[in-house]
Amino acid sequence: MTTTLPKTDVRDSSGTPRPRRRVNLPLLLAYLVLTVGIVVTLFPFMWMLLTSLKSFQELFNLRFLPEAPTLDNYRQVLLETKFIQWFANSLLVASVTTASVLFFDSMVGYTLAKFDFPGKTLIFILILSTLMIPTEMLVIPWFVGVSDLHLTRSVPGAYFSIMFPGLMSAFGVFLMRQFFETLPDDLLEAARIDGMSEFGIFWRIALPLVRPALASLAIFTFLGNWNAFLWPLIVIQNPEFRTLPVGTALFNGEAGTQWGLIMAASSLAVIPVLIVFAIFQKQIIEGIVLTGMKG
Amino acid sequence: MRRHQTRTAYTFLLVPLLFFLIVRFLPTLSALRLSLFDWNILKEQQPFVGTDNYQRLLTDGKFAQALKNTALYTVIGVPVQIALGLLVALLLNKIRALRGVFRALYFAPYVTPIVAAAWVWQWLFSPQFGPVNTFLVWLHIPPQNFLTSPDQALATTAALVVWQNLGFQVVLFLAGLSAIPRSYYEAAEIDGAGSSQAFWKITWPLLNPTIVFSVVTGTIAYLQLFTQVVNLNFTDQGGPLGSTTTVALYIYQLAFGRFQMGYASAITVVLFVIILAITLVQLRFLTRRYDL
Repeated sequence: MTTTLPKTDVRDSSGTPRPRRRVNLPLLLAYLVLTVGIVVTLFPFMWMLLTSLKSFQELFNLRFLPEAPTLDNYRQVLLETKFIQWFANSLLVASVTTASVLFFDSMVGYTLAKFDFPGKTLIFILILSTLMIPTEMLVIPWFVGVSDLHLTRSVPGAYFSIMFPGLMSAFGVFLMRQFFETLPDDLLEAARIDGMSEFGIFWRIALPLVRPALASLAIFTFLGNWNAFLWPLIVIQNPEFRTLPVGTALFNGEAGTQWGLIMAASSLAVIPVLIVFAIFQKQIIEGIVLTGMKG
Repeated sequence: MRRHQTRTAYTFLLVPLLFFLIVRFLPTLSALRLSLFDWNILKEQQPFVGTDNYQRLLTDGKFAQALKNTALYTVIGVPVQIALGLLVALLLNKIRALRGVFRALYFAPYVTPIVAAAWVWQWLFSPQFGPVNTFLVWLHIPPQNFLTSPDQALATTAALVVWQNLGFQVVLFLAGLSAIPRSYYEAAEIDGAGSSQAFWKITWPLLNPTIVFSVVTGTIAYLQLFTQVVNLNFTDQGGPLGSTTTVALYIYQLAFGRFQMGYASAITVVLFVIILAITLVQLRFLTRRYDL
């Protein structure tokens, strides 16, 4: 991409040689607008990071950069709060739900794309229609059910209560079905003739071929559950089981809201996610393209 | 062969179908049932009240306001978010150097915890010393009250939501744009089409499915707006004079603040009907050539 052709050979439509280096005005303008956009978009984000480095005395001054940067907020968050426990809770909840969504959604997507059976279209429409059910409508019956079953009294029950709504998603089923439809049937048929089991064909032939789709489904499922707020806020009774968003939102000390700590905790929560996105963004975007967002 | 396929298919679908039945469909029916009772989880008796909860809705001023606010958020948020997302995606598609870096940076707000974002927002739009007002004064515009003004709090909250969603929107449109074959643009250029012609004749129609997807999912999300509104106001009462309260927040207050779960369920049923109606209308009008 960095190799440049000798410019003198390039002629425009009228046949006259181009000047050796023409300023590309639209391109320059694009960079300008994008940079302004980045500055505006990142200003609040940078403020969060920089505030996390400010001491309590400096918290409300107007300077952008901290005068005497300190890691004290981070020390307090890590040592004097339940942050590590909350981080671990979020990690557990987001990992388990992501693994479950990847497995079950791809299995349903595969079945709906590659098998012919009565009720196929109806099942697909029914699953898709759950996207229109507002979460608010579900949380009241969920809450009543979890209370009736006294689920949150045991440790596995408490974690299960937080996780169960996210174990499968209609969006993922839609995404995976679109992708599996592009796989050639002959490939699966060949494996069938070789005597492979149906599950083996799905697990060892089909699934490895849809890796980009799995990557993008994974990151969005993980993010969604990592940031989930409404249901965890409602269902978690014991502070031990709080997830990061709920724990941070309820970060109220006796001397009012501890903003320095909130900023440090949020920075610690964002940075790993951002690094993962930066590394995998090519696959994520490729995944969205290939999974038929194009229609 | 077909019988074998059917058996395998239903074996694979067994657990997922149970999940969708137990976690999505039965609770929906349960909400419908709860809405006919005066249901309070703390009380012994849960008397059947028929359509009383629905009749109460008709005269509930707070519900009317929450509904109006939710509609306003949707009408402001969805178009602004899509327009900005499309603009950034088109520009990112134009450049080569730094493209990945810019893309990741635009994505940063999407992964920022809402609690932190909400605090930064309060500081940015602070009436006394906020940077936004400093900037307005510099432009010779009088300082505004933003979040503390009943007239401006909603728009300021909507700005937070748009800011957070922009990154996802950009990724979505980049995906849609990269699916359009380059050769179409090359052919258009040979035929002498300008860049605005290329946009309206090629990009816009071929991006239609992505835009439909954005409009429909964006509308559903805005109609359920909750987290940003809660965290931008320390109380769960919504902004000044209830000016930012959404339907979702009102449901939360009723069901988990006052434990009026029957009445709250009636509102969720109304919200469901609204979402269903709007989605069907949107799909009908927006999907011109693509049958669903």
